[in-house]
Amino acid sequence: MARIDLDLAHAYRANPREDADYALLPLKMSFRDGGAYALLGPSGCGKTTMLNIISGLVAPSHGSVAFDGRDVTRASPQERNIAQVFQFPVIYDTMTVAENLAFPLRNRKVPEDRIRQRVGEIAEMLDMSGQLDQRAAGLAADAKQKISLGRGLVRSDVSAVLFDEPLTVIDPHLKWQLRRKLKQIHRELGLTLIYVTHDQVEALTFAEEVMVMTRGRAVQVGSAEALFERPAHTFVGHFIGSPGMNFLPARGHGGGLDIAGLTLAAPRVLPDGELKIGIRPEYLRLAATGAPGAVPAVVTQVQDVGTHAMLGAELAGTRLKARLHADVAPPAIGDTVWLQVLDAHTCYYRDEELVA
Amino acid sequence: MQLTLERVTQRVGAQIWLHEQSIAPRAGAVTVLLGATQAGKTSLMRLMAGLDAPTTGTVRVDGRDVTGRPVRERNVAMVYQQFINYPSLTVADNIASPLRLRGEKDIEGRVRALADKLHIGMFLDRLPAELSGGQQQRVALARALAKNAPLMLLDEPLVNLDYKLREGLREELTQLFASGDSTVVYATTEPGEALLLGGYTAVLDAGELLQYGPTSEVFHEPVSLRVARAFSDPPMNLIAATAVATGVRLADGPLLEVALPGDARAASTAAPDTLTVGLRASALKVEPAPGDVALPGRVELAEISGSDTFVHVHTAVGELVAQLTGVHRFELGAHLTLHLDARQAYVFDAAGRLAVAPRWRKGH
Repeated sequence: MARIDLDLAHAYRANPREDADYALLPLKMSFRDGGAYALLGPSGCGKTTMLNIISGLVAPSHGSVAFDGRDVTRASPQERNIAQVFQFPVIYDTMTVAENLAFPLRNRKVPEDRIRQRVGEIAEMLDMSGQLDQRAAGLAADAKQKISLGRGLVRSDVSAVLFDEPLTVIDPHLKWQLRRKLKQIHRELGLTLIYVTHDQVEALTFAEEVMVMTRGRAVQVGSAEALFERPAHTFVGHFIGSPGMNFLPARGHGGGLDIAGLTLAAPRVLPDGELKIGIRPEYLRLAATGAPGAVPAVVTQVQDVGTHAMLGAELAGTRLKARLHADVAPPAIGDTVWLQVLDAHTCYYRDEELVA
Repeated sequence: MQLTLERVTQRVGAQIWLHEQSIAPRAGAVTVLLGATQAGKTSLMRLMAGLDAPTTGTVRVDGRDVTGRPVRERNVAMVYQQFINYPSLTVADNIASPLRLRGEKDIEGRVRALADKLHIGMFLDRLPAELSGGQQQRVALARALAKNAPLMLLDEPLVNLDYKLREGLREELTQLFASGDSTVVYATTEPGEALLLGGYTAVLDAGELLQYGPTSEVFHEPVSLRVARAFSDPPMNLIAATAVATGVRLADGPLLEVALPGDARAASTAAPDTLTVGLRASALKVEPAPGDVALPGRVELAEISGSDTFVHVHTAVGELVAQLTGVHRFELGAHLTLHLDARQAYVFDAAGRLAVAPRWRKGH
């Protein structure tokens, strides 16, 4: 196991000049020894490039990769001692489950009694003890992917285990069981795990820390709570949550906040000039007419989404969403409602970055 | 346009793909076909389109029998899971193709208006291959909308897109459907998508049409356990129970005070544990309120969706999933007591028919 330090940038073309020339913009990041991390972002955000740089499949065009303080920038995946799990099962169909799990250990000439013990442990964790002598060929896709996961986890001496969208082929109703397995295994084995996905549920459920990426930039590294409560960048507010955070243009001036023609008292010290107010639909609630920190908006949509109602409202061309508590009688379309946009959960952004 | 399917069935060889069913999707509104893969959604849609003829039964359009009439004789627009566009035509020509076919006027203006509505106005001169998946599906949707067909059929149109794209496009489609007067039929496997689309929902399972009605009503008052199962995400928590004088007793668990209809009570007392109590994940809380029933257990996993946390808890009455708003962290194996207001419980009788449903707010 290793601590991994990145201080690098990557461009697939020579002499990058603008931001758009970079697959990965300059970044510094440390992965703690034994930590569980996820790289999360839409397709094309740079997360797979990042994973390939960590594994050694791609050398960064600028900067360095260090494992436990040792520079491994030019070292191969074998030299780095990395285990990888891919989207689709990579197993030997003609071998039994046990032989498949043992393969990475046999390759490294681990003594047979140690192999037996470790294969037994991993099979137990994955609930595959009863299938050890079965041939892999006859198994369902999710069982095969479990073997792939097991092969990734079977060596205790790896620097890190990298997962690239490993639950893509798993049936939705089985996914949560495998997510649970991965968490349990992380706790029991203490391996450094790095997990790449575009699925926020997988990233937020699995990882202690999630790196959110967009257009080659790591815009925030933080816990699920931090990404939800205090998104460091408007992209994080938008990307995490469904629907994402509401953003309302505002202008700060000497303790006041201008929002759509109204001036509200700023609840905390804010910089003057153009700002964006961010508040999540889960925190945006109905307020009394003229309440401090509230603004009027016209109701455009009321959806019964089963467990609650989702309110859509418009204020000076900006659409806002509010999740209404089941006890609240929803207003009618066309009504003017007051919405509490300023409260303890409100985040303030300048040039897309969190400032307060 | 009023489409009516009367007692249709679909058999292929010895296999029954659709059991006998009748459905008349509400004219000018959205009807969601909700069901797992293989539930019969696509088979039913193909009958509606005229791509297949039913084995038995009748298909009518505004009362006229059109059974067996091919799709080209009907005015139907379709959108599939896979983005289907003409690869050698520009985006503008793709959208314009149904209009050209009919020799319509002001094609350019209408193409521009539709493209703007779907946020692809800046790509009109590009080829589909130069666009992202989400943009390609927008082109296919624009072409279907250009047809302005009285019947529009969409078969899981957003399934192959990233969830953020899905969210945006679903919102736009909901508005487009609401502003148009086409009869729209939309197939999906996701209960959440059915709720967001609103309108009407038909729940399908294993080739059977189980229930059809306003989406909110089907969700809040599922006629059977099968409907409740199909229309619940995460799956409804189901617990075996027995009727007692003041309500129902969960197997190896507490008493829930619910008003059970007499016949369900009589049948249950004769055979213990044949009732099923259904609890939606959102009915289980971690903060108790007065009168709540407590269900202590241990945390198996907390799944975080970004807006909600789904905490799986192992309790004496089985494995339960609770939905909590926002992001919450729980240690695996930690003690956690879930709390339940008995008025939030569904009860199904031994035959799986709905006996008790929680009250809900109708009419929004």
